[in-house]
Amino acid sequence: MSASERTVATEGTTAAPATSHTITLTINGAKKQVEVAPWTTLLDLLRESLHLTGAKKGCDHGQCGACTVLVDGKRVNSCLTLAIVKDGAEVTTIEGLSAGDALHPLQQAFIDHDAFQCGYCTPGQICSAEGLIREKRAKTADDVRELMSGNLCRCGAYSNIVAAIEEVMGACTRERDGRGNGQGRHAVGGGRGEER
Amino acid sequence: MNRFTYARAEQVGDAVSAAMQRRAATFIAGGTNLVDLMKENVARPDHLIDINRLPLQQVEETEDGGLRVGALVTNADLAYHPLVEARYPLLSRAILSGASAQLRNMATTGGNLLQRTRCFYFYDTATPCNKREPGSGCPAITGQNRNHAILGASEHCIATHPSDMCVALAALEAVVRVTGKGGERRVPFAELHRLPGDMPERDTTLEPGDLITAVELPPGRFAEHCTYLKVRDRASYAFALVSVAAAVELAGGTIKEARVALGGVAHKPWRDRTAEALLRGKAASTEAFQEVAEALLQDAQGYRHNGFKMALAKRAIVRALGEAVSGRQAS
Repeated sequence: MSASERTVATEGTTAAPATSHTITLTINGAKKQVEVAPWTTLLDLLRESLHLTGAKKGCDHGQCGACTVLVDGKRVNSCLTLAIVKDGAEVTTIEGLSAGDALHPLQQAFIDHDAFQCGYCTPGQICSAEGLIREKRAKTADDVRELMSGNLCRCGAYSNIVAAIEEVMGACTRERDGRGNGQGRHAVGGGRGEER
Repeated sequence: MNRFTYARAEQVGDAVSAAMQRRAATFIAGGTNLVDLMKENVARPDHLIDINRLPLQQVEETEDGGLRVGALVTNADLAYHPLVEARYPLLSRAILSGASAQLRNMATTGGNLLQRTRCFYFYDTATPCNKREPGSGCPAITGQNRNHAILGASEHCIATHPSDMCVALAALEAVVRVTGKGGERRVPFAELHRLPGDMPERDTTLEPGDLITAVELPPGRFAEHCTYLKVRDRASYAFALVSVAAAVELAGGTIKEARVALGGVAHKPWRDRTAEALLRGKAASTEAFQEVAEALLQDAQGYRHNGFKMALAKRAIVRALGEAVSGRQAS
């Protein structure tokens, strides 16, 4: 952050605060420099400035999970994340999960299991499920239900969502155990997610 | 959201002096509660001090066999830390009963301690609230108070503290490390949060500029006999109506020490050492647990919609103590 970006007058009552800061984010693998105001949320940055409209603004208060993306490999609510705080981070959105036209296994499983109706919550559900699989904590359908409770589906497609996630989770577990057929490769990649 | 300036702190001392300089400056870490409150216009800082790059990310063992948890360790990392799972399953379980996986990935240890109440009136800027606007009144006392306090409330505020993690930390008698104007100090957990009294705008005893740097856990003695029981309207992702952190140390067939902390019932995690002492030296029995429950709730006061919490809390205490003693955790 350069001096000029942070200085504009913080003294006196009439002075305008600095409204623009330059930050660097790696978004879906591409490094980008972007201008943000301190109050710009990561969700608004993605949708309004970068035109990545996959992440949805549902409640805008961290309650519905429609805005879920991965930051440094971990699922978070982008609506409650100030973009400026994540300067330097790697962000993966639903647009970054597929390899070109090849669907991510979770995307395919959601189709196969009819795991949505209106589809509004789906990008958040899939990003959240990807985070869940990377976390390696869910072992059973009950675990999936509990650890996906931050993603609401107003259409009530929950049972199919759980089935879709379980299928990919199973494929990942088999792959980790050396019995896989490679279908879980995206989900178990993990190389994107540097832990801090 | 109101407009504000932003600066990133690189050192604890810099963060504290920056906060001392501006009355309406606020630290931001995970931001899960703060950003939400800013969107609601309940929090209106004029300056954010980003503390996320401070070196407060470690979980390390202390010399006395306890654990020091850096203030920036996320709720998820703390709950899943192997030493926490092994020695403080009560803490792990309490954390995992709260919020969602996304929020636990964001929220930090220090921030969890400082989260604000979820009282509807506190959040709704169209209504009075003594916590938000001192002196404006408390509509909860005569209004929608199903989620509100039954212990330690005042005529000025009946809000509850929303944290699950803090209920476990109260039972474990954690110590909070704080850096402020006068340097570093250690605050016993029971002295961090306060009752509303006539100053409900103050959730804690911290002073302006104070920064929580770590939470220290004494050596774990309750790993085999503890439970966190949370009763709520939904099976997941809801605040507690009543929660109980119960931890017991057994010697032979008798109870050497018992700790019971309650969540969802007061302005702070609620403990009563006199009530806990009733179990010392006794054999575990439902009757003994009921005696503790009665003692813990003897001064409880219900309001129009939350009177049910008194019976609920008593039953939850009895059940949690039973599960803690048997080592069988609730589902």
